[in-house]
Amino acid sequence: MTATPAQDSPPTGAGEPLLKVEGLRVSYLVDGTPREAVHGVSFEINAGEVVAIVGESGSGKTTTAHAIINLLPGNARPDSGSVVFAGADLSRLTRKEWQGVRGRDIGLIPQDPTASLDPLQKVGPQVAEALTIHRLQPKKEARRDAVRLLAESGIRDAESRARQYPHQFSGGMRQRVLIASALAARPRLVIADEPTSALDVTVQRQILDNIAALTAERGTAVLLITHDLGVAADRADRIIVMRRGEIVEAGSAAQVLGNPRHAYTRQLIAAAPGLSPQRLRPTVAGVTRPDGTAAAAAPGPTGSEGPLVQARNLRKVFHLPRTAKGPRTLTAVNDVSLEILRGETLALVGESGSGKSTVARLLLRLDKPTSGSVTFDGEDLTAARGERLRQLRRRFQVVFQSPYASLDPRFTVADSVAEPLRAFGEGTPSDRRARVAGLLDAVHLPADYGRRQPAELSGGQRQRVAIARALALRPELVVLDEAVSALDVSVQAQILALLAELQVQDRLSYLFISHDLAVVQQISDRVAVMRGGELLEAGTTESVLERPEHGYTRELISAVPGRRTLAVQDLPG
Amino acid sequence: MIRYVGRRLLQGAFVLWAAYTVSFLILYLLPGDAVSIMASGDEQNSVDPALVAKLRSEYGLDRPLHEQYVIALFKALQLDFGVSIKNGVAATQAVAEVLPETIKLAAAGFALAVLLGSALAIAASFSRNRWVRQLVASLPPLGIAVPTFWIGLLLLQFFSFRLRLFPALGNDGAQSLVLPALTLAIPTSAVIAQLLIRSLHQTLGEPYIEQIRAKGASDALIHFGHALRNAAIPTLTMLGILVGNLLAGAVVSETVFSRTGIGRLTVTAVNSRDIPVVQTLVVLAAAIFVITSLIVDLIYPLVDPRINTAARATA
Repeated sequence: MTATPAQDSPPTGAGEPLLKVEGLRVSYLVDGTPREAVHGVSFEINAGEVVAIVGESGSGKTTTAHAIINLLPGNARPDSGSVVFAGADLSRLTRKEWQGVRGRDIGLIPQDPTASLDPLQKVGPQVAEALTIHRLQPKKEARRDAVRLLAESGIRDAESRARQYPHQFSGGMRQRVLIASALAARPRLVIADEPTSALDVTVQRQILDNIAALTAERGTAVLLITHDLGVAADRADRIIVMRRGEIVEAGSAAQVLGNPRHAYTRQLIAAAPGLSPQRLRPTVAGVTRPDGTAAAAAPGPTGSEGPLVQARNLRKVFHLPRTAKGPRTLTAVNDVSLEILRGETLALVGESGSGKSTVARLLLRLDKPTSGSVTFDGEDLTAARGERLRQLRRRFQVVFQSPYASLDPRFTVADSVAEPLRAFGEGTPSDRRARVAGLLDAVHLPADYGRRQPAELSGGQRQRVAIARALALRPELVVLDEAVSALDVSVQAQILALLAELQVQDRLSYLFISHDLAVVQQISDRVAVMRGGELLEAGTTESVLERPEHGYTRELISAVPGRRTLAVQDLPG
Repeated sequence: MIRYVGRRLLQGAFVLWAAYTVSFLILYLLPGDAVSIMASGDEQNSVDPALVAKLRSEYGLDRPLHEQYVIALFKALQLDFGVSIKNGVAATQAVAEVLPETIKLAAAGFALAVLLGSALAIAASFSRNRWVRQLVASLPPLGIAVPTFWIGLLLLQFFSFRLRLFPALGNDGAQSLVLPALTLAIPTSAVIAQLLIRSLHQTLGEPYIEQIRAKGASDALIHFGHALRNAAIPTLTMLGILVGNLLAGAVVSETVFSRTGIGRLTVTAVNSRDIPVVQTLVVLAAAIFVITSLIVDLIYPLVDPRINTAARATA
């Protein structure tokens, strides 16, 4: 989006702005009492300009965006302020008039593409609907146009794809459909509300490129809502930083990134892994082999202390429902060998479907490999069973991606953290209470949080609880399965710092599963890249990131948001 | 596909056999058999015990349980459920004679129930006035709570006796069908409305509905173009239970309005321990359930494309 027309001309030059928001206040009705979430926000967007609002969850950025298009949830209402679009005051519109504005003048690209298409309707008609609703075209022509729009959005073989249902599309492809539909009526402003936060990094880049190309070509202004300053840095002409319902800083992208005036902006820049690629701790000494090539794929004899985990030639084949053509199988993991040393972090990188989570499940012995073996501290995990396996299990723990789904909503925080201790009959109740208090302290949660329920905690706090629970039995290995992917960038930075700190304290080994190389470079000693169930390459973080051997690894690296800004400003590495 | 239907039919056959067997055992365990009930007059003119014994052996009631069961089951496989003890016609024929009346009643009742239920749900979801919405939404629980026979009696009182719009009893023509069908439809429509209101509410909160609204769609397009179809899916799952409701409702409705039909036949057959007829009815009811659930599963993919292709798409 760096090549939008607006960037060439001065933003305030050509008279009236396209959108002018002034003194916007929005409050939510919580238990009968109104609570203000947006406290008097004012900004402008010029025709053809790309403006990003950056902030963490709860900053009011999405509420602001939804207030502009009048799609606030039922318990929210704008209290005061005005929204003027192309000279017309939108706050005075009737219900009927709003229907003429939405889609026609202002489009919306949603946050979660997987849930934003009607599952029962073919995608072609769903795109065409944006045209027929506003009577821009009769049904038949609209259907034909929908195919063209889908093709423009980068959907190959659009003619036949238009006749398919949403579930037959991947997340990224669905987002392309939604982009086609949002831009169908050629609106002058499109609001993109975290359009890629649910997608893999490489897909994220393609989607953002797609939005940029289509809007630049048509001169559409874009309001990009994101929590990732790296994304904003790459894409926006101007950046607005929001915090707790207020704008703390606004200016051109170069100004905000190069010369941030507010402390919070500096904090966000530091948190964006792509913008500040510093390591959180030094590489573990003695872990990498002298030759520096330490290929994880080729386990060999090491020093006095053998690797903690050693996996050889893992293969996992799943049986799919049989069809008329006979039984079908899916090879999720094919001939993967790797090892995890004591005290090191091995990152397993790949997109959804690459088999990285299946590898983790095999290492955790949650699944049995079809062939191949896993040894933990010299002991064969694949052969262990019963009490022997149970005792081994306490030495490796896991933290999952969703902080919302992995805690029992009816357990207090203390109950959740103490659960593994109870399961293994560790200590007396008072010992356990003391241990829980110590664990909560270790993850930097106040002691009185033990009495709270998950619903009272934020996503980041829940993930701290999940980490405390994983550490309860003093494991040697913790598998972090996309453990920070669902978190806002700034919260993600805090959790990563916590993980690094705990690792040094307890000499933990981490298997860090992620699709995000920017995060990986901050925390891991070695990196293994997976695609389609196979291990493409592996080596020290430095060597893989600086001298990638595989084209796919290079693609992953270039997809990291904030990378372009980095190249221009030459921030210290 | 053919394999799937074949497997389902086999399962269905098992259900029918189980229904037959269980009902056979229960009827056997009940005190008194058909002959003793036929013979039981008042104390004074009781029937000659020798005659009772003769009748018993004629119906095979004096044989041991397993023998009775095997003979009966073997005949049942040839659709011969025995002869009605009450009037001597074949049990299957007794049922077949009145079945069309009940089908008419159930079909009319079901159609009415779907119409009423959907109308109620749409009204509840469409209304912008909170009071109207809550009032409409509180109707279904009321419809479920009120006993069916009471609804029938109220309709009878008002429309037949007071307004003289419809006949009070009998099976003559469409006129006589209106009130029984309505009696049957009210509780069923309440169930449909209840399910649909909840499911519509949930559907309207889905992100894709917001996305459609963001295209500029009107409430009407959102409801009739998208939300209703999505909301109907969970209701479809309940179709089997709704059909069960209809059968149970038919018993009450046919009794209140003195209509012939399998509902009323069931009541008389059970009262007179007419085992052949009761068993025919039990197997029929089980067959209706089996067929309904098979139909539901077969039309599911037509309504929801995700189910149709789920097995194939993973390739």
